Amino acid sequence: MSNTQTSTSINWEIGPIFRAMLRNKVGAILIALQIAVTMTIIVNSVYIIVERSKEMQRDSGIDNANSFSLTSVGFAENYNVPISVEEDMNALRSLPGIVDAIQINAVPNSGSGWSMGLKTQPGVEHDGVGTAVYMVDEHGINALDVEIIAGENFAPTDIGMRVVGQVKWPAKTILTKAMAENLFPEIPYASVVGKSVYINDTEPMIVVGIIDKLQAPWVGWNNLENVMLSPERMDFKGSRYFIRTEPGQRDTIMKQVEELLANSNKGRLIQGMRSIEETRERSYRGHTAMIKILSTVMVILTIVTALGIVGLASFSVNQRKKQIGTRRALGASQLAIVRYFMIENFLISSIGVTLGAALTIGLNMILVNTFGLDRIDWFYIPIGMLVLWIVGQCAVFGPARKTANIPPALATRTV
Amino acid sequence: MFGYYIKLALKSLKRNPILSLLMITAIALGIGASMTTITVNYLMSADPIPHKSDQLFHIQVDSWDPNNAFNDDEEALPNQLTWTDATNFTLAKKALRQSAMGMSGAIIEPKGDDAKPFEASIRLAYTDFFGMFDVPFIFGSPWDTSSDTNREQVVVLSKRTNESIFGGENSVGKTIVIAGRSFQVVGVIDDWQPMPKFYDVNNGAFNETEELFMPFTLKEELELPNWGNNNCWKSPDGEGYKAFLQSECINTQMWVDLPNETAKAEYMDFLNNYVMEQKELGRFPRPIKNRLSNVMQWMERQEVVEEDAKMMMWLSFMFLLVCLLNTIGLLLAKFTGKSAEIGLRLAVGASKSDLFKQHLVETAMIGLLGGIAGIGFALLGLQGIKSLYGDFVDDLATLDVSMVLVALAIALLSSIAAGLYPTWRACNIAPASQLKSQ
Repeated sequence: MSNTQTSTSINWEIGPIFRAMLRNKVGAILIALQIAVTMTIIVNSVYIIVERSKEMQRDSGIDNANSFSLTSVGFAENYNVPISVEEDMNALRSLPGIVDAIQINAVPNSGSGWSMGLKTQPGVEHDGVGTAVYMVDEHGINALDVEIIAGENFAPTDIGMRVVGQVKWPAKTILTKAMAENLFPEIPYASVVGKSVYINDTEPMIVVGIIDKLQAPWVGWNNLENVMLSPERMDFKGSRYFIRTEPGQRDTIMKQVEELLANSNKGRLIQGMRSIEETRERSYRGHTAMIKILSTVMVILTIVTALGIVGLASFSVNQRKKQIGTRRALGASQLAIVRYFMIENFLISSIGVTLGAALTIGLNMILVNTFGLDRIDWFYIPIGMLVLWIVGQCAVFGPARKTANIPPALATRTV
Repeated sequence: MFGYYIKLALKSLKRNPILSLLMITAIALGIGASMTTITVNYLMSADPIPHKSDQLFHIQVDSWDPNNAFNDDEEALPNQLTWTDATNFTLAKKALRQSAMGMSGAIIEPKGDDAKPFEASIRLAYTDFFGMFDVPFIFGSPWDTSSDTNREQVVVLSKRTNESIFGGENSVGKTIVIAGRSFQVVGVIDDWQPMPKFYDVNNGAFNETEELFMPFTLKEELELPNWGNNNCWKSPDGEGYKAFLQSECINTQMWVDLPNETAKAEYMDFLNNYVMEQKELGRFPRPIKNRLSNVMQWMERQEVVEEDAKMMMWLSFMFLLVCLLNTIGLLLAKFTGKSAEIGLRLAVGASKSDLFKQHLVETAMIGLLGGIAGIGFALLGLQGIKSLYGDFVDDLATLDVSMVLVALAIALLSSIAAGLYPTWRACNIAPASQLKSQ
């Protein structure tokens, strides 16, 4: 018995493959280019998708799932806003299933609201820090589901009544941690409690408390967490209410509240009743749409590129049938034939993804300059290269395997 | 010959159905994606009032904070006017037509016990608004100039509002209760939705036209709430609604009709003089800087076209590029496969230019089919945009005839361009070598 040879050294045949490719440069270049541009689009799209999703997942600070808001617009001549709001609040707060309810000037993440500037020193010559303003009473903390991490809540006696066109501000305010740190970057946020900040350039307000986190109405704003609370109710014809319910009861409560408010006072209109989830969905609609569109584009593009590779590979297989048959007749294994096409594709893909890496960075630079996007993180590029390599290999595998089935006898026939 | 080439092309397409389908689909997808984004961009940047956009001007004056420009850009001017300045400009009547305008809202209480009150948006303007913007009327007409000065409670309804309150009949002369007061209807306008809503892009460039129109002077008279954007660099001097109106807060838009360059130059002089006078009264603390922007300039300054839309358009062009590269590759393969046939034709006397024409017809055919299918994809894409972005893009996602033609042109041109190289290669084979292997 003779020993069968156990170790075979695989000849990868990179040299001959490469030389064969040079004979059909254009075809190879086309596939490489296609892979490069595909990679450019896909990697930048993934990056945009990830950035947008991150923005959407930022913590709003409020109880998104169990809160809703509505507007009550009085139109009857005898409609008295302060009394109606007081009655509504009493009714809402005593309704089982409601954790708390407030009148508020603007709804977080809704897209419309008030902003003001606060200064640490009085005077027009000092720079201010922009902040969103929420006017709430002492139930604000509970209804908005925020936590006081330093200082204290407003007392019922702090709450003022704001009238239309009012310029004066209350004596106290509560800031978010982010706002406190933006105003006083050099001291810990807890020490901001007790300090005076100036609104309208010169009017002092004392910071009585710091809350952990609360977002402004404008989701596209850079200083989304710059928020101040002002202890006020509003004597405005249109009043917004913000209501937080027990977990899971929002939808039932919304129906109850609509009925309750509509029946309790015929001199007003209840409208714009909307869960916070829906409010956020509207504010982020552009983002959601962009994510869906880009995802679709990526899938279609990958399919187009993959089919292109399959098509071209099938064709070159057809053209080389005789040559393959000859190789088979001369003793090349099926594996060797498959390997040939896989390696050929790998070489082309490598050129493609290398070019793709450069183009990806180029497109990202354009997006950064033109649309103010952030720079792409480096690791997207090797991942993108890897994915395109795999797509190429998968696409070429089908036609390559078919090749291997070409019988050696074919070599002897004329095609 | 042309007919024969078409026959040949169809035959050739049928010979490799999968390959042909692949090429047509690739072009169709590329065209579909590009057309979707081009359409959205084209409609976003459309001229909303083409016959007059050169002579309508939006006014800007720098009434802002002495210490800070309106925004980070030092050159930026406030994007709206104060109530005071807009009112003064309108009353000065220095232009052919002029109107200060703002947005408000109120509750309408229709007559009848079962009719429910509802809230309506209001465009506050001077009567020139209608003439200046060529707003079409179904019934009645704009209110008189005297209604502006006398602050009369008159109202012009949108077509839809007239339908919901009066069932669509001629309501001129009738009264309705708005904001608790009795108003007389003087006119009803036809559907009028400028795209973009150029006269007030600060409050949503693609929002719907307001439901009611009434004299701007009623804002002060009835203390109508200020809807829409309001921006202040300093707080009002004093409490109450009057003080708010007379403050340095900007919340009013202003358009003028200046039919020629002389009128425009004279208006600039007027603005400069006005600011100079106001400076003596202690207002306008910044250097004098006024600007008149015509409709398209204003759309550009306000960056009406959404950045996302522009980004999508560039990405879709790259998408089309991939699809075309794909097609070039496949055509190349296909024509190479036809070498024997081409060789034979050359051998029996076809000229190179004949062959070139024949194959160009074939690629054009692929392009045309791809373009037609691409229009289908574009319709699908626009439907998708509508469902993703909601109602407000309805008018931004419709394909018109010119867009369909553009789509077909792009498809044809790009497929012919894609076919040039493969065709050239196919026509340059040596017939002898091809015939030998037969």
